[in-house]
Amino acid sequence: MAEPILQLSEIRKTFGALKATDGVSLDLRKGEIHALIGPNGAGKSTLIHQICGSIRPDSGTIRFLGEDMAGLDMAARVRKGLGRSFQISSLAPEFSALRNVMLAVQARQGSSYRFFRPVAGDRSLTGPAMAMLERVGLEKRAKVPAAELSHGERRQLEIAIALALEPKAFLFDEPMAGLGPEGSKRLTGFLDGLRHEAPILLVEHDMDAVFALADRISVLVYGRIIATGTVAEIRSDPEVRRAYLGDAA
Amino acid sequence: MMAGVSRETWISAVLVALLVAVPLAATAAGEPFYVTLATRIAILALAAVGLNIALGLGGLVSFGHAAFFGLGGYVAGIFATHAFNGAPLPFGFAATTAMPVIWLVAIALCGLVALPIGAISLRTAGVYFIMITLAFAQMIYYFAVSWPDYGGEDGLSIYVRNSFPGLNTAQPLPYFLLCLGLLAAGMVLFWCIQGSRFGAALEASRQNATRLAAVGITPFGIRLAAFVISAMMTGLAGALFADLNRFVSPSMLSWHMSGELIVLIILGGKGRLFGPLAGAMVYVLFEYALGGITERWQFFLGLILLGVVLFARGGLLGLLAGKTRHG
Amino acid sequence: MLFLIAAGLTLIFGVMGLINLAHGSLYMIGAFACAAVAAATGSFWIGLVASLAAAAAAGALMEVAVIRRLYERDHLDQVLATFALILILSEGMRWLFGSFPLYLDIPPVLQGAVPLPGGGQYQLYRLAIIGVGIVVAVGLYLLISRTRLGMRIRAGESDREMIAALGVDIRTLYTVVFALGAALAGLAGALVGALQSVQVGMGEPALILAFVVIVIGGIGSIKGALVGAVLVGVVDTMGRFLLPKLLALALPISQANSVGAALASMLIYIVMALILAFRPRGLFAGQA
Repeated sequence: MAEPILQLSEIRKTFGALKATDGVSLDLRKGEIHALIGPNGAGKSTLIHQICGSIRPDSGTIRFLGEDMAGLDMAARVRKGLGRSFQISSLAPEFSALRNVMLAVQARQGSSYRFFRPVAGDRSLTGPAMAMLERVGLEKRAKVPAAELSHGERRQLEIAIALALEPKAFLFDEPMAGLGPEGSKRLTGFLDGLRHEAPILLVEHDMDAVFALADRISVLVYGRIIATGTVAEIRSDPEVRRAYLGDAA
Repeated sequence: MMAGVSRETWISAVLVALLVAVPLAATAAGEPFYVTLATRIAILALAAVGLNIALGLGGLVSFGHAAFFGLGGYVAGIFATHAFNGAPLPFGFAATTAMPVIWLVAIALCGLVALPIGAISLRTAGVYFIMITLAFAQMIYYFAVSWPDYGGEDGLSIYVRNSFPGLNTAQPLPYFLLCLGLLAAGMVLFWCIQGSRFGAALEASRQNATRLAAVGITPFGIRLAAFVISAMMTGLAGALFADLNRFVSPSMLSWHMSGELIVLIILGGKGRLFGPLAGAMVYVLFEYALGGITERWQFFLGLILLGVVLFARGGLLGLLAGKTRHG
Repeated sequence: MLFLIAAGLTLIFGVMGLINLAHGSLYMIGAFACAAVAAATGSFWIGLVASLAAAAAAGALMEVAVIRRLYERDHLDQVLATFALILILSEGMRWLFGSFPLYLDIPPVLQGAVPLPGGGQYQLYRLAIIGVGIVVAVGLYLLISRTRLGMRIRAGESDREMIAALGVDIRTLYTVVFALGAALAGLAGALVGALQSVQVGMGEPALILAFVVIVIGGIGSIKGALVGAVLVGVVDTMGRFLLPKLLALALPISQANSVGAALASMLIYIVMALILAFRPRGLFAGQA
């Protein structure tokens, strides 16, 4: 089997007395959607921060495309090919939706130190950016400032930005949060097709979406992965039921 | 709003027209003082345009830009002094009074100094950044005060204004036109940067630095570049200022000067192309008009500034022209 | 003495998140009040009380009229608004008192010098100032850690919204804290006024140094303000003393003196830059 795109080995992180991440090992393989679930306070956010580079683990390694990411900050990891969306939308509020995506296209092209050519009419930026907006269905709202977009639209914009980066792996942090049933269904369909472009590590609470999409699920409780497996395996795992699913599965 | 031409553009055009027309009229009427006043406006506006790159576009509140303004001024003064008494500069270079050379040296020096200052300061954020830029400027200020060779606290006189090929710089109008030309060049550069990819990244770093990193652009590099460019432009303005007054002193390096530069931007409208010009006009005219009435004019300046900060955050252009829209 | 100003500044910033450039003006107001009242009544001590009262009152007034509107604003606005206040207050004082300095005498009780172990003499008054600094430091420590007001201040530093929700009157609390910081500054001004002259603009060099102190010590930390003040004082004094001597080994005397003086005045800022280069938030950031 080919080497996993993203591989975490024995990641540990403590804050004072709190073991936020307690020896987590996890991998993400080509073409899969790997869902990470767990109750609130399990340490999902901390783990995401460590994968993205905003928090440094106390020990353990994170390998992306076979390369150790230690010492690389968030921007460097993104340049290596890790695209993410944020749990709480993080956009440039004064920029329009289009300009937000153009920023990602510009970053992908690696050309941010150009001082003279104007950005506004530049087809090499607006073209790909509009294409991304069309993919998520936001093309009609392209000129609207990000601050004025609705909550659901902002989630869509985050995904469009991540797409524009043409990453080798996606890391989506609760993309369904706050979306109504219509939006969730659409996003689920969208993510389903996306896995073939790049594998997705999906952190989610929405169990319907998780069970519909995931090839594998890992369950994080108190900083430890208590189970990893297919949907069926996880649903029937007694420890998982006890810790997290209750009898809802 | 008229198709294609916004209110802001109209107002800006009016300001430029005034700036050009008044000195011409004054020269014709034999009143050189107003030309000097206009030159002062143009130079301060250039300094503020420089700062606006870092502050208006990048959100970097540098409370130490007087350091670059003063360094530029001292380059002009030191060159003039050495050319006057024939002594060679450090490292054996011969001094010259040619402005283009002086400008290049001023720009280069400010860029070189801004590099380490920016590299250290940009590791901090928020109020720490403000304080540390202030501290660096203070450092240079005290150095200038204590270094005896160039006048120390009393400052340095430039007996004859430095020269520019083809112009009689000693005359007010030619010198004004020179400064105006440089101001125009500075504003063109600002406009280019604002619309460029670099400008997009810079504005993004101001609005949401995490977002910038999340698309793979390191905010530090962008900010440092902006800081250095901004320093170079302000330094050029400093050299011009020294030649205008034929005098340079540590007061050009003081934190009051740094504050003044920020005030110019805020009065006119932060982040706008013509904001610094509007602010410089308001400030200089105010200083002149009120200074004639009372020595306590700074009291009223303080009141107006307070009013602007509390109630009219967009500055003059904000009041007159409304919010800007980004594409 | 530097500690007094720094403590007030850091308190205000720590609790209310506000940078106050006009702190130096409060220092100046205290000095003027002391000088004016002492001249009128002939007593330094009454003047001292007046300075505390005047500074605290000015501080409270400033807070209610202006500062209140600034809490929600970003740092740039705070810097500008308080910069505007400096202009207003400085020129205002000039209007009232004129540009000439006032003089303030050291009270007879504290005049004279005290012999130091190891020879040399030290001004009694300066010792007294150090003593006051220590008393205030201890007092502040007790206030913050032992009293209810102190508890509210500490709670306010960690979470503003929380304590409002708990029913503590934030507005009064802020005014009180601000006035307290102002009083400290005024006290410092009055004390220093007897050493140097009392004039408009005396607050500014002190203010900048105070900012250096709290940045080195970590904004919001009283302990940091103390350590920072001591560090700055020591570095400054030693620098002025040692540098010319060291340079005299390599340079002719007059040059050594001037270069030494130049470098000494820069030294504090170099130290601050070094500290910030390694610890961007100061030495004791985030602690009270």
